Amino acid sequence: MASSAMVTANQLIIMAELKLFRTWSSRFALRVVWALDLKGIQYDTIFEDLSNKSSLLLQYNPIYKKVPVLVHNGKPLLESLVILEYIDETWKQTPLLPEDPSERATARFWAKFGDDKVLPSIWNVFIKQGKDQEEAIVTAQENLGFVERQLTGKKFFNGETIGLVDLAFGWLANLLSVWEEVCGATLIDHEKFPLLLEWIQNFADAPIIKERWPPRDKLITKYQAHHEVYTSKGAPK
Amino acid sequence: MAEDSVKLLGYWASPFALRVKWALKLKGIQYQYVEEDLPNKSPMLLQYNPVYKKVPVLVHDDKPLAESLVILEYIDEVWKHNPLLPTDPYERAKARFGPNLPKTSKKGEEKEKAAKEARENLKTLESGLEGKRFFGGETIGFVDIAAGWIGCWAQMTGEIIGIKLIDAKTMPLLDAWFKDFLEVPFIKECMPPQDKLLEHNKEFHKILTAAST
Repeated sequence: MASSAMVTANQLIIMAELKLFRTWSSRFALRVVWALDLKGIQYDTIFEDLSNKSSLLLQYNPIYKKVPVLVHNGKPLLESLVILEYIDETWKQTPLLPEDPSERATARFWAKFGDDKVLPSIWNVFIKQGKDQEEAIVTAQENLGFVERQLTGKKFFNGETIGLVDLAFGWLANLLSVWEEVCGATLIDHEKFPLLLEWIQNFADAPIIKERWPPRDKLITKYQAHHEVYTSKGAPK
Repeated sequence: MAEDSVKLLGYWASPFALRVKWALKLKGIQYQYVEEDLPNKSPMLLQYNPVYKKVPVLVHDDKPLAESLVILEYIDEVWKHNPLLPTDPYERAKARFGPNLPKTSKKGEEKEKAAKEARENLKTLESGLEGKRFFGGETIGFVDIAAGWIGCWAQMTGEIIGIKLIDAKTMPLLDAWFKDFLEVPFIKECMPPQDKLLEHNKEFHKILTAAST
């Protein structure tokens, strides 16, 4: 009796059209949440505890075992930026990417730069100390300089409305200040990064976006724990 | 399209520039090729790609684009014949995810670990070939062009570090695909001379391992 009920429950889960596996804090999953919300798409959310992954998550993402995973009609999609493009191609309202090919290429370039360079360089500032941290700050600020210049004459990276690049850089609007507070380093100030600070304000308070921020106090606690691990003696580099 | 309007800045031994050459060739796009002398980057390259200062850079109607996979998508959107990506959004997502292999470390001591990771990544790629001649199906597509360099470079890296990366027994589809792919005339045409490339990669490997000691 119990096992047939479980089978039915699983079948019901599989039949539900759109579901998103995420964690409360994942900056990558948050991009997908925003994209779906901006387009007014209904979906089910499954919150994962990454120290105890559900069998369903492992079934859908057996190799990387990560979030986010978006499952549409039983088919899994991985990698937040790939998922965003899929969402944009499948639901055409409130487009995340412009129509012009060179503008699209530019957007993809900056989204990738954010993940490949900006994010790791800022994380580097967070986990390092002393002279190493000073050097890391220089690199991070160089990268942020490129990002700052992209905002020249624009409210959002996408222009007047929020787009893929804004969602990709969303973590700058909440996590950056959390990391700055926890590790005691300041990366962006009004003198060098006025446009970025303005963007952070506009993005953080934007309708739909603002509904989904994870609680700041919980993030502080989480990253304080991370910071302790990284800065204790014999911490992994 | 006139040749003047498309320009590619590349380097003969760059697998990423090779991706773009293949895509342009597949679509029959005329272009001007500029070979960069990488130890002495040209002011033009630095102007066109100030963020990474790397090749490839595609310049179309005076607009520069960097990052090879971004360039491939751009080419596919502007020149719609001989499409690289499929039309179905889910298939497109799978193709975009395809070249997404976790980076492996190259340092000397971690050689065994790196080789193991590389083989895992290759096995993942293998599963995308089931029932197909190319990743794109009957014709060459986005993943073929994005991953094509791996066959040649994996072979060479295997020789250089003394560990075989592509195993015909555990990766039969990949092994067959590499051979098949590299024999396609327009693919073969663009490949750099193998002996020169092996020497270049050996030198590069020496520099990398020296830097980590």
